[in-house]
Amino acid sequence: MTGETKMVSIYIMGKQYEVPRGVTIMKAMEFAGYRFIRGCGCRGGFCGACGTVYRTPGNFRLKVGLACATMVEEGMHLTQIPFYPANRAAYDLQALKPTLGTLLQHYPEVTRCLGCNQCTRICPQGLSVMDYIAAAQRGDIEKTAHQSFDCIMCGLCASRCPAEIVQYNVGILARRLYARHLVPPAQHLAKRVEEIKAGKFDDELNRLMRMDKEELQKLYDARDIEQ
Amino acid sequence: MYTPEMLGLIKTVEQTRERRLKESFPRLTAEEKANILRSYHPDYMEGSMRPVRVGPNAGEKMPHAHVDLLESRSMVDVDGLSLDTIDYDVDVLVIGGGGAGTAAALLAAEGGADVLLATKLRHGDANTMMAEGGIQAADKENDSPAIHYLDAMGGGGFTNIPELVRALVTDAPLCIQWLESLGCMFSKDPDGTMNSIHGGGTSRKRMHFAHDYTGAEIMRTLRDEARNRGIKVVEFSPAVELLTDDHGQCAGAVLYNLETGQYQVVRAKTVIIATGGSGRLHINDSPTTNHYGATADGLVIAYRAGARLIFLDATQFHPTGVAFPEQIVGQLVTEKVRGLGAQLVNIDGEQFIYPLETRDAVSSAIIRECRERRKGISVPSGYGVWLDSPMIEIIHGKGTIEKELPAMFRQYIRFGINMAEMPIIVYPTLHYQNGGVLINENAESEVPNLYVAGEASGGVHGRNRLMGNSLLDIIVFGRRAGKNAAEKAKTVKLGKLTLDHTKRFNEELKKQGLGQRVAPILLPDYRGKISG
Repeated sequence: MTGETKMVSIYIMGKQYEVPRGVTIMKAMEFAGYRFIRGCGCRGGFCGACGTVYRTPGNFRLKVGLACATMVEEGMHLTQIPFYPANRAAYDLQALKPTLGTLLQHYPEVTRCLGCNQCTRICPQGLSVMDYIAAAQRGDIEKTAHQSFDCIMCGLCASRCPAEIVQYNVGILARRLYARHLVPPAQHLAKRVEEIKAGKFDDELNRLMRMDKEELQKLYDARDIEQ
Repeated sequence: MYTPEMLGLIKTVEQTRERRLKESFPRLTAEEKANILRSYHPDYMEGSMRPVRVGPNAGEKMPHAHVDLLESRSMVDVDGLSLDTIDYDVDVLVIGGGGAGTAAALLAAEGGADVLLATKLRHGDANTMMAEGGIQAADKENDSPAIHYLDAMGGGGFTNIPELVRALVTDAPLCIQWLESLGCMFSKDPDGTMNSIHGGGTSRKRMHFAHDYTGAEIMRTLRDEARNRGIKVVEFSPAVELLTDDHGQCAGAVLYNLETGQYQVVRAKTVIIATGGSGRLHINDSPTTNHYGATADGLVIAYRAGARLIFLDATQFHPTGVAFPEQIVGQLVTEKVRGLGAQLVNIDGEQFIYPLETRDAVSSAIIRECRERRKGISVPSGYGVWLDSPMIEIIHGKGTIEKELPAMFRQYIRFGINMAEMPIIVYPTLHYQNGGVLINENAESEVPNLYVAGEASGGVHGRNRLMGNSLLDIIVFGRRAGKNAAEKAKTVKLGKLTLDHTKRFNEELKKQGLGQRVAPILLPDYRGKISG
């Protein structure tokens, strides 16, 4: 921060602190003296470790966000969500069929969805969570996979779901089923793996490994580059 | 949101865009590249390093932040801690729950070993999760492992260890196929063909990806699979010291429960260090793209046990870190943005470097543009250059950024910056530990029964890593470490557990008048600060 820093007053788990305006909740908490053990991870919106619940003055609504990506606001009351012991099915992916039956067998609770849309409202990634659960209910694994793709598994959806669905675990099952069983395997990849196992590139690699720096540099500089 | 001054400057970028769309900036010659690195790369900055005074690398220069840790004493009271009570007794102990550690645990379990994975934060909290751009593998018709080998060697300044690079490029297609079989959702054509693009320093389009969540997709797939297989995981329990036995071989580790402060003893026939890198040491006070836990723990404990380190004097700065807005300074702007056609331009709207040079060269060019040529844009943290992201939409069609770079788009739109319509401001940020514990192609360190994989290991990338070779590295060497450690564990006979190597190290420190600090530090300390 440069220049004169303007401060705001916030409440972290009930205690009042003065923190700089315009910083994330995570940085504000550190400024206030917290050293995270839980509730902190990538600090960039990828890992889902830092789900935070907060309320702003004069508003009854509970709001949520990631502490690493949400700015502090004057008068905000906040707390971090604890670890949720959420339901997760175990399975042998290779043996599963990509069907509605598979989804319902592992997560029967998806049929209990009330359509309240709390999951979508709460998602810090802006995903249409209820829509992908609706797709899962119909057995549309492809749609569930694509619509849940950006999920960072922060658990905020599950924290609010009155039907106690663990949306993020349904999402990953759908994605793995889709990628393993519905999308064709890459033929060029399979071919190359066979070639490698047959030793097709061994001689050339051996030759390169024996080269000194000058020889390699010459080859490197003369490489043709795919446009 | 951009300031009015910045909005004014963007007009200049827009004015040159049409011309630049047709323009191809020349690549650096070998000599030009050597010169620009010497003059501007932070590795060559005077006073940034000093020789370490103890241990296997005594006398070699490394960044101060690393030396500080290597010259620190253990947090464990070596005479006070009883090793008689063993909390976990396993075949293979994996230290680290990122991509390398999880791949290792899966292969070790497959090899019939009883595996314990211990990790400092949650399982999956690691730099792997944050890797956006892609993973390399030479599996297309016009490509080959030999061409990949040449690209990686050239990128590393020909200092890479050839046997390691060979393992990397040869295993690459096998690893992608493994991930594919585990249901990792790569971006593909309907017929299954992998989408692929260039990365800096690649001569073929061999970068595979899962939109710009490539690392996250790989990590959550591996973690999910580890859970399905019932692999034992203990979280919030970093290893703070290795254990050896009276034959001098690695024999387990001491874990520290971050929440209760208690130590736990793990006896293991083989140990795999997969603790990742060290960006959170903020070398030269640089901001970093790295995960909260990236504090070089594995290097510290391996070094005390006698493992040699390599290339710790080579730090990778990612050329495109966020320079504005202030709230996310240092976060990654994936190289895929340039892979899709965005150019780097200065305050006059001019290109100054071929956008897909190797990372060390692009970083150096940006530093030169700002420091020497004074053509950077002023931002609160210093300066930056434009990365002209709207070009992607012009080249590939409207909506490409939201579709192909959803994480990037989301990162900026939160702060009112639409990167599909306006260029973004970037500056180099501390990104990767090119060096680490020296390993061979079996992922073995020089300490018997100690394996190392992923960013904690060193040698495969030489002095500079290419984009997409780190996600590959963690899978290739994670798998090799897991497989070999499980196999080795079948024949290992352990003696009495000791911390003798730590005692010896402490004595060496004392002789040199060192050891005032304690390491590993486990977590960075930002209390009372606005940084990180």
